[in-house]
Amino acid sequence: MAQPLVKKDDDRDDEADYSPFMGIEKGAVLQEARVFNDPQLDARRCSQVITKLLYLLNQGETFTKVEATEVFFSVTKLFQSRDLGLRRMVYLIIKELSPSADEVIIVTSSLMKDMNSKTDMYRANAIRVLCRITDGTLLTQIERYLKQAIVDKNPVVASAALVSGIHLLQTNPEIVKRWSNEVQEAVQSRAALVQFHALALLHQIRQNDRLAVSKLVTSLTRGSVRSPLAQCLLIRYTSQVIRESGNTTQSGDRPFYDFLESCLRHKSEMVIFEAAKAITDLNGVTSRELTPAITVLQLFLSSSKPVLRFAAVRTLNKVAMTHPMAVTNCNIDMESLISDQNRSIATLAITTLLKTGNESSVDRLMKQITNFMSDIADEFKIVVVEAIRSLCLKFPLKYRSLMNFLSNILREEGGFDYKKAIVDSIVILIRDIPDAKESGLLHLCEFIEDCEFTYLSTQILHFLGIEGPKTVDPSKYIRYIYNRVHLENATVRASAVSTLAKFGASVDGLKPRIFVLLRRCLFDSDDEVRDRATLYLNTLGGDIEIDNDVSDFLFGSLDIPLVNLETSLKKYEPSDKAFDINLVPREVKSQPLAEKKAPGKKPTGLGAPPSGPPSTVDSYERQLLSIPEFANFGKLFKSSAPVELTEAETEYAVIVIVDASEAEEFSQVISKPLRSLPYDSPGQTFVAFEKPEGLPTTGKFSNILKFIVKEVDPTSGEAEDDGVEDEYQLEDLEVVAADYILKVGVSNFRNAWESMDPDSERVDEYGLGQRGEGLSEAVNTVINILGMQPCEGTEAVPPNSRSHTCLLSGVFIGGVKVLVRLSFGIDSTKDVAMKLAVRSDDVNVSDAIHEIVASG
Amino acid sequence: MSPSKLDLCPSVKNMLLLDSDGRRVAVKYFSDEWATNSAMEAFENLVFSKTQRTNARNEAEIILLENHVVVYKFVQDLHFFVTGGDEENELILSSVLQAFFESVNLLLRGNVDKKEALENLDLILLCIDEIIDGGIVLETDPNVIAGKVASNSVDSGAPLSEQTLSQALATAREHLARSLLK
Repeated sequence: MAQPLVKKDDDRDDEADYSPFMGIEKGAVLQEARVFNDPQLDARRCSQVITKLLYLLNQGETFTKVEATEVFFSVTKLFQSRDLGLRRMVYLIIKELSPSADEVIIVTSSLMKDMNSKTDMYRANAIRVLCRITDGTLLTQIERYLKQAIVDKNPVVASAALVSGIHLLQTNPEIVKRWSNEVQEAVQSRAALVQFHALALLHQIRQNDRLAVSKLVTSLTRGSVRSPLAQCLLIRYTSQVIRESGNTTQSGDRPFYDFLESCLRHKSEMVIFEAAKAITDLNGVTSRELTPAITVLQLFLSSSKPVLRFAAVRTLNKVAMTHPMAVTNCNIDMESLISDQNRSIATLAITTLLKTGNESSVDRLMKQITNFMSDIADEFKIVVVEAIRSLCLKFPLKYRSLMNFLSNILREEGGFDYKKAIVDSIVILIRDIPDAKESGLLHLCEFIEDCEFTYLSTQILHFLGIEGPKTVDPSKYIRYIYNRVHLENATVRASAVSTLAKFGASVDGLKPRIFVLLRRCLFDSDDEVRDRATLYLNTLGGDIEIDNDVSDFLFGSLDIPLVNLETSLKKYEPSDKAFDINLVPREVKSQPLAEKKAPGKKPTGLGAPPSGPPSTVDSYERQLLSIPEFANFGKLFKSSAPVELTEAETEYAVIVIVDASEAEEFSQVISKPLRSLPYDSPGQTFVAFEKPEGLPTTGKFSNILKFIVKEVDPTSGEAEDDGVEDEYQLEDLEVVAADYILKVGVSNFRNAWESMDPDSERVDEYGLGQRGEGLSEAVNTVINILGMQPCEGTEAVPPNSRSHTCLLSGVFIGGVKVLVRLSFGIDSTKDVAMKLAVRSDDVNVSDAIHEIVASG
Repeated sequence: MSPSKLDLCPSVKNMLLLDSDGRRVAVKYFSDEWATNSAMEAFENLVFSKTQRTNARNEAEIILLENHVVVYKFVQDLHFFVTGGDEENELILSSVLQAFFESVNLLLRGNVDKKEALENLDLILLCIDEIIDGGIVLETDPNVIAGKVASNSVDSGAPLSEQTLSQALATAREHLARSLLK
């Protein structure tokens, strides 16, 4: 009978449930740990108890302070036993218990004895344990042994000391740095891992000394490194040196490139890949430099090992973003990866193909992807959708098949993020590819018919309200929108009402029908829906022509980053002065340094302007106001983008942000020195200047950073009293006219221009001389000089145009509104002439603008 | 440890040995990214559920999870994982993984399964301890690792006759199963 076979399986199941730790309980094990105190130690039993303790810790059980101390003390008794296995377990549990300083003292002598034992295994492990639990004071006592251990002939002992050195360098750098000579000797070790650990430690000891690192790399790249891991390290250090040395040598060759290239022929795959990755990551890598790296990666693509395929395809995927052409050679191998068992590999292959593919391969690719989409996870689908979006923007003619693909996957199951990615993509295609608009909008309409995500429904309805009325036949969207009023929750219904109203306001022919629909909404069960319907019926109502202002108010966009509006509203205190929306800053502030490292946000499709970083205007202002001397300076008018006063990467990075308060003048009134600036942390110092009444003053400040360097006592952590005075010449800081002008746009320039007093207008003409780069360069220059907000997209100059008009708007210091109309002309000799017309609330400001341009 | 100091040195963030239900057999974290036991368990659950359906029995597999690269291999009812940073050289992680399951294989004398692993948990823990020290690769040669771990128990003079009862039983059972299958 086949019985025994089945039986065996059953047996296995039973066994799987059996565990030597079944029913284990902390209290009982702690009781058991008393055997550690027996005068006659049973090594095997003790080992078992330690294993049980470790098992408990491993399962997430915690010991109270008392329990841990008790266990620790009894464990120390076990040093009496000569049993090797037990000693190993003792080492392990001491590390896990991470004893406190006074407990460490108890085991120090035992461990130091082991460090000098004849048994290498004792020595290596005792070093690791002692270094793990020790603090600085003890370290000086054992330093001598550690230095010896580093150059010990037993590789296990040497490695233990070196790795411990790497850890200790974080906490006790000054001690570990004294071991440099021994570490250097260990780099020459014949044992592979000793070399690796020594190299890692040596580099970390010297990492702040660029010259020393460069020397180290130069000597080692000549070839004395044996271990693959050490070779990987060397490749990383080499790329770091290349990065920091900046440019190529005069002959046009990159220093050390030959070394990286030679590593591509190493016998270890680990090293080959590390080198290939390093080459693809080189700054401004050329196709010639890339080729050998791509070749080895291509070979990896057909490896039988998933890890190798993954590593290669991930690297190639990254290369495809910057050098798509360099990767096209791999396309055939890449296509076979679409059906890879490992879905991460398949997804990376597809997105790479989408980046490198040409127009003719799009249809074939889409077919392959369709088959593949159903069995991957949402997060991969999002990656694919994003890749398809960029492909479509690259080949607009192919929009039909790509849009079809998107609409198909939109109908399938999927979570919010995935659906949002699809909807965002369709929205972007509608915006950028006019031909795709009609079909795209209909796809979206169909989607909201059966959409479970309120957020997406409302966003789509809003978008429909903007784009729908501009189509040939707006009426066909009405049905979809009105259906929402019947079938959805209150939030979506309210959005649908707004969208209907937009159609009514923009398309006269539809108005009567929309009114009928809106009137029905007056009986909705939800307040918001009823309110909106009432508002729209009244404002758009009757036969009165809709006033521009009304429709601007109802449907115009605010043109202001919402974060800034929110901050301004929060700061506004009810008073006689009405809230002035024009004073809300419109520019999305540059991010403070700390945030710069955050990965860039991907362009969002639906949500109007990106939410922007948390308002920094606000944080600077708060910072300034917190200094009593500055508190009465008035409201912060503008703070400029940070200017680095040092070359990036010098030791003292000094960054200045010019904050123009309303009472700004140009002689130094207050300076606030920084009391202390600990190593590796940023600090701020402030200087305030007064500027003469009236005109904006510009000029250069030369800056010298004066400071006193004080040594910090490593034990007490306190700075010593004596210090050395030093100073550091910083880059000059220029205060320019733009620092006095706030970029504030207007939505309708013509209206705004006309509403300003014509008497305030000042017109003049300027010759801008020859501009090799054409008009757009001239336009940008003037915009930058003035620091104003270009309106209605007029900052973009169509290529090869002979003349151009650019419209600028802004608020001058003191809250004076300024509008500028620039007319440029260019002649055959590339001579550019400009007519500048300016209107403002204050004639003096109009003159000031001319002065800025004349002197700029 | 600040990432800037160690970012050039290959580093391992954790080594996990889970059973076929995703429960811990032995785990070791070297990075302080997972501050609490529940954070660790959440990560283990994520890793387990995302890899459960894949076939990582012949070749080691790889997956990208929450900015971590995880390489893994399944042997019987044991799931071996090694996690590294997003930018870590995948092949270095893979060599650590290989060191992990091959040395465990040597130490368990080819009987790699959960029961055997739990019965020899001391060996598994020592093995992890010999492969990685505080995130840094200590050794990747499975023979050397197993040698270091086993030398302890061998030196203690425990002859084979002193095999634990369950070990002896397991061996006997295997012989029996083989003879039945013939």
